[in-house]
Amino acid sequence: MTLSMKITILLLGLIPALARGVEAQDIPQAFIGAKILPVEGAPIEKGTLLVHRGKIVAVGPVDAVAVPGDAARIDMTGRVIIPGLVCTHSHLGGIGGADSSAPIQPEVRILDSLNPRDAGYRRALAGGLTTINVMPGSGHLISGQTAYLKLRRAGTIEAMAIRKQDGSAAGGLKMANGTNSHREPPFPGTRGKSAALVREAFVRAQSYRERLARTGGDAEKRPARDLGLEILVEVLEGRRVVHHHTHRADDIRTVLRLREEFGFRVVLHHVSEGWKVAGEIAAAGVPCSVILVDSPGGKLEAKELSFETGAILERAGVLMAYHTDDWITDSRLFLRMAALGIRGGLPPEKALRALTLAGAEILDLSSRIGSLAPGKDADFAVLSGDPFSVYTRVLRTFVDGEKVFDLEDPADRLVAEGGYGALSDATPFLCCHEDETR
Amino acid sequence: MSLAPEAGIVRLPAAAPGDDGSSEPPGADARLSDTTRYRVRYLGDTRMRILILAIGLAAAEPATAQIAVRGRLVHTMTGEPLRDAVVIIENGRITAVGPAATTTVPAGTPMMVAEVVTPGLIDARATAGLTGFLNQKQDQDQLDPTDAIQPELRAIDAFNPDDPLVAWVRGFGVTTLHTGHAPGALVSGQTLVVKTAGRSLQQDVLVPAAAVAANLGPASFGKDRKSPGTRGKQVAMLRQELLKAREYAERMASSDPEKRPDRNLRLETLSDVLAGRLPLLVTAHRAQDIRSALRLRDEFGFRLLLDGAAEAYLLLPEIRAAGVPVLVHPAMQRATDDLVNMSFTTAAALRKAEIAIALQSGFESYVPKTRVVLFEAAVAAAHDLGPEAALAAITRDAAHILGVADRVGSIAPGRDGDLALFDGDPFEYTTHCMATIIEGTVVSTGRR
Repeated sequence: MTLSMKITILLLGLIPALARGVEAQDIPQAFIGAKILPVEGAPIEKGTLLVHRGKIVAVGPVDAVAVPGDAARIDMTGRVIIPGLVCTHSHLGGIGGADSSAPIQPEVRILDSLNPRDAGYRRALAGGLTTINVMPGSGHLISGQTAYLKLRRAGTIEAMAIRKQDGSAAGGLKMANGTNSHREPPFPGTRGKSAALVREAFVRAQSYRERLARTGGDAEKRPARDLGLEILVEVLEGRRVVHHHTHRADDIRTVLRLREEFGFRVVLHHVSEGWKVAGEIAAAGVPCSVILVDSPGGKLEAKELSFETGAILERAGVLMAYHTDDWITDSRLFLRMAALGIRGGLPPEKALRALTLAGAEILDLSSRIGSLAPGKDADFAVLSGDPFSVYTRVLRTFVDGEKVFDLEDPADRLVAEGGYGALSDATPFLCCHEDETR
Repeated sequence: MSLAPEAGIVRLPAAAPGDDGSSEPPGADARLSDTTRYRVRYLGDTRMRILILAIGLAAAEPATAQIAVRGRLVHTMTGEPLRDAVVIIENGRITAVGPAATTTVPAGTPMMVAEVVTPGLIDARATAGLTGFLNQKQDQDQLDPTDAIQPELRAIDAFNPDDPLVAWVRGFGVTTLHTGHAPGALVSGQTLVVKTAGRSLQQDVLVPAAAVAANLGPASFGKDRKSPGTRGKQVAMLRQELLKAREYAERMASSDPEKRPDRNLRLETLSDVLAGRLPLLVTAHRAQDIRSALRLRDEFGFRLLLDGAAEAYLLLPEIRAAGVPVLVHPAMQRATDDLVNMSFTTAAALRKAEIAIALQSGFESYVPKTRVVLFEAAVAAAHDLGPEAALAAITRDAAHILGVADRVGSIAPGRDGDLALFDGDPFEYTTHCMATIIEGTVVSTGRR
């Protein structure tokens, strides 16, 4: 290939990218005629979703939303628009968290291991996901810091990371109890030892915090910086949420005890036996992130897993979201999980909330994402029908007003349906240099 | 906010094809239910889906089980679905099926009513009953790692009818399993066809030895010296063993008893494969492994059942020409390792190429420990296969491939009284299986 041919191809590649950029940033986009399920507020049978500069400007019935004259009008008749799905527990992106050297490694950041071009992120977009909490695994008591990501088609992980107001990357801390973290020393071999090791770590963090407070301005007396203890101090001060893997009812109670002892904010993840202790979870005011798989068992802690867990927790008043745990379940089938929750007794509107706003609340992001409301990020999915019908497909996914998945695009369709090369990591984008500075 | 304008019912506008240049997803038109298209029901719904009109139903003896089932839609799989039809089961067998208006139900027959009735579902390739619920060493009987080729391991000696996962799939309308030894060895053992009733094996088994399970590709590589470490080696080992079995059979056929070898269970089983008495079920996902299976079949002339076959869409003409049926991997099986190129649409592609297919729950080493073939068929149905073909792939067509179509897979007089009752389109995520009947006995009830 000659150089000029290469340049021509590069330029041809840039045209749609530039066009998309213009569309997303400068011209308002009006999605007109769809049934809109905003999650906050009643369903709109025939609505308009108005989006500009990555944010939702207006959402309402077609005859109630004024579409600016310069807006791009996109006919959505017959479609269903829902907020982008929020997955509170995912392992996509080639995660590499804590290693096998110790059971407690809060200093490890999952962000430092992720590949923004990982094919898994495109699979997630094909499922209508727009925000995910990427976590290290459950083989440690504390396996590291998690990363809240927007599934922007970006070239760097920094451009995908959701920022807090101070500019730092948003995320929680992954913890686990039960059998997954039982191994040879220095790992624990029993539940009692697991809790003791965690308690010891937080007691150490309490002392560290006290010494920091005591010696505050005096650089000479300050304790040496300890990355792990600094993170645990964030947890003690409620500035970082603990995402806690836990299945069995007694393990759930142990988490609730530790939480009471150290006062941290915690989300219970998986909670296979959460239905047994729904009242206690509700009384503690602790949210749950639930997984459903197609049969109970497969491990001792999941032998009483139930399709009804979500419904029971919801009825008890627990803030309840679902998660994919991808690769345990496939992000392309995330809508299905909540549909199985409906099968288990969850009202459909609660099921949709459990895929969107509830997850946003769990990640402290509900002011920005999780529902279709003016001022929120323009993250949404366009469906061919009822969100919970097997026959429905995700047709398009938008993040920050930008179309990031389109079933009509052959490359996206390959990812959505599978096939030869579907899981190849994405080639670099020509579109995303500006994103890196976001 | 409510998705439901009426309690328990969701009605959404039907997607209109082509209005923004895109097309309606395939398979979205035909539904298996004649009820409202977007009807969603859930626990707490006060409308009764099932009426058991006689008391003492549970006490009915299997041997004399007599029951009638009335369905608003009955998928007999012998023709068009029947609207408002009755199925009558006496002594464990179906004795009549026809319109409710003209079919006489014998006096005193207990009656169940459901929106949708299908034949009891057939899982064309499972490991349930061998891969136990708890996934602990003591309940995993699907694979013995001590040798690479062990066709003499019989599934009937390993199948546990009481395993909770057998009951689990039964709760979703699955009445017949083709289950047995799993991937992980070059030849891992035999399979059987069995009902999920959880009775004695004498009562439940349809085919005690259904196939010999072989596995091509890295999933059956091993680190020990007995196991193959490459694709070339594993085919060489299989070819060598089949040649040994051929010679064994020839010597066994000798008219001079002195010249006959001692019985060898391993070679005896493989000689059954060579003689066409047992099919060789080959689990192969990558295209090169599927081709190896086809080559071995051409060379030895055995009956081949292709299993898994994730890349079968690359070899449609070859598979079609060979006339080999395919037990397609679960649609939701994870796209890892040999399944990296799997597609939700493979079953549809095979069907379109006029290749006989059946669907399956497959083998899982972790969670979920078993998949549910009803759920897998649902995803295939929604990805181009269509609900009618998907239902056939877990009833009639599966029965034909497994050689048990005279007993199960359709609703017709003389067939086993195996039925699944649903409160809507069986493939909708939010539909419930309301009851499962095996040979006239209600073996599962409840909104599952």
